Amino acid sequence: MEAELTLQNVSVSFPIYQSGSRSLKKRLLFRGTGGHLATDANHRIVVEALRNVSLSLKAGDRVALIGSNGAGKTTLLRVMAGVYEPFAGNVISRGRISPMFDISLGIDSEISGYDNIRLRGLILGLTPSEIEERMPDIVEFTELGDYLDIPVRTYSSGMMTRLTFAVATCFSPEILLMDEWIMAGDAGFMAKAQHRVQSFVEQANILVLASHSLEICRQWCSKAVWMERGEIKMQGVIETVLAAYSEEVGAT
Amino acid sequence: MIQRNSIEGNPSNEQIELGRRRRASAWTDIVEGIALWRLWFRLGWNDILQRYRRSVLGPFWLTASMAIMVVTLGVLYAELFNQPIDDFLPFLCVGLLVWTLIAGYLTEGGTLFTGSESYIKQIRLPFSIYVYRSSWAKLIVFAHNFVIYIGVLIYFQIWPGAVSLLAVPGLMLIVLNGTIASLTIGIVSARFRDIPQLIASIVQIIFFLTPIFWKPESLRGHAYITDFNPFFHLLEIVRAPLLGNLPSAANYFVVLFLTLINVAIASAFFSRFRSRIAYWV
Repeated sequence: MEAELTLQNVSVSFPIYQSGSRSLKKRLLFRGTGGHLATDANHRIVVEALRNVSLSLKAGDRVALIGSNGAGKTTLLRVMAGVYEPFAGNVISRGRISPMFDISLGIDSEISGYDNIRLRGLILGLTPSEIEERMPDIVEFTELGDYLDIPVRTYSSGMMTRLTFAVATCFSPEILLMDEWIMAGDAGFMAKAQHRVQSFVEQANILVLASHSLEICRQWCSKAVWMERGEIKMQGVIETVLAAYSEEVGAT
Repeated sequence: MIQRNSIEGNPSNEQIELGRRRRASAWTDIVEGIALWRLWFRLGWNDILQRYRRSVLGPFWLTASMAIMVVTLGVLYAELFNQPIDDFLPFLCVGLLVWTLIAGYLTEGGTLFTGSESYIKQIRLPFSIYVYRSSWAKLIVFAHNFVIYIGVLIYFQIWPGAVSLLAVPGLMLIVLNGTIASLTIGIVSARFRDIPQLIASIVQIIFFLTPIFWKPESLRGHAYITDFNPFFHLLEIVRAPLLGNLPSAANYFVVLFLTLINVAIASAFFSRFRSRIAYWV
């Protein structure tokens, strides 16, 4: 069963609820007076975050998402993760999705490293026995040793990265989505992480990485998608897209 | 293989199909949520542990404060209302115990989704998980406070007998209604941010209108205040058995009717707005 991720004509819009229309009272007032009172209560500005996006990713694809701030990269990742159900279009996915957007997701700083691993595993949909099975592998990958016994509020951000990265990749995700990760690991760990990502991707899996660092994109990805104002401006082989992107960015 | 289709924008003759798909998604969410019981079990448990870490009494802070309230107010109001204390205090104790559970569903329902924004925006999990987690945490707190009831039984030498077992299905009905109602409240509160305050005010009023500090017998002819108060009936199906009495058929009838309304409203709201929750928080 190979991993697959397809988006067909996906559009996502965010109505911006002003603090006025967030109030039930103002809504009722507006209705009740036929719109003569509180007319400013229902100004809805809509942000079209994704406009008619179509993508087809197959097993083995390592895709970089690039674009300026607000282009729609995070929204696209969230649609892929299933967090946002699109207003229009379809999302078809096959394989376990592992979103890595925030290293502190589900992390309870008062409990130990081991317990956090177990909690993260539960969040990603695994059973306790599956988690225990992979525990030695994770522990060995993090290289955190005895630190795993004490509350994670004592960890540095680099240690947190090791922990969550280990958890996310050791549970054999088939589709890995990463958003502008602050790669706080040291050089040794980064090399290990890249090796791990490469090996997992080789096993017929998909990686989507949103990043501003073109260097990281080059290192980790084989293809790129350039987003601008909610649309795909360009997609293709990494070098081609990055070259076009740097040219445009460099010119302005 | 997961296929997620669009939630909006179809012409009117496909509305029935859309409605059917939405209901199916809502139902799948409820069922998937139950399947993930290990997760919300752990999360709810951690919620409670979090409150009491590095503290002296730990989980029994809640119990202690309720015990003090029961004792002092019980003694005071028994005097004020001229009621025998061995009758009034157990009545007050159980009333407060169960009311705290019911009110908790209403007041905490508002932050079910808004309080879990970081989870909702990062990973796709059934929304029902947040509801179950909250409900489980409330049950744990109820279990802590139940100790006071045991204490009262021992002190006043009361033995409620076999009828007290009826409190179990009664409790299950309260948990069911509370969980379903908090789902509706959570959804609406994600969209309109002043709902939680509105509910808090209403809950306060209902608290005084419901016989917790006063006995229903003292109404003398204004029985409609209790008869038409669904919270009275909800309270009675657990309070009466725990005090050794049988709840009336009317109590059960009203609660079942309430459950039906709850289910109808929650399923309508959840089906229609489930996919919007991530956009609202």
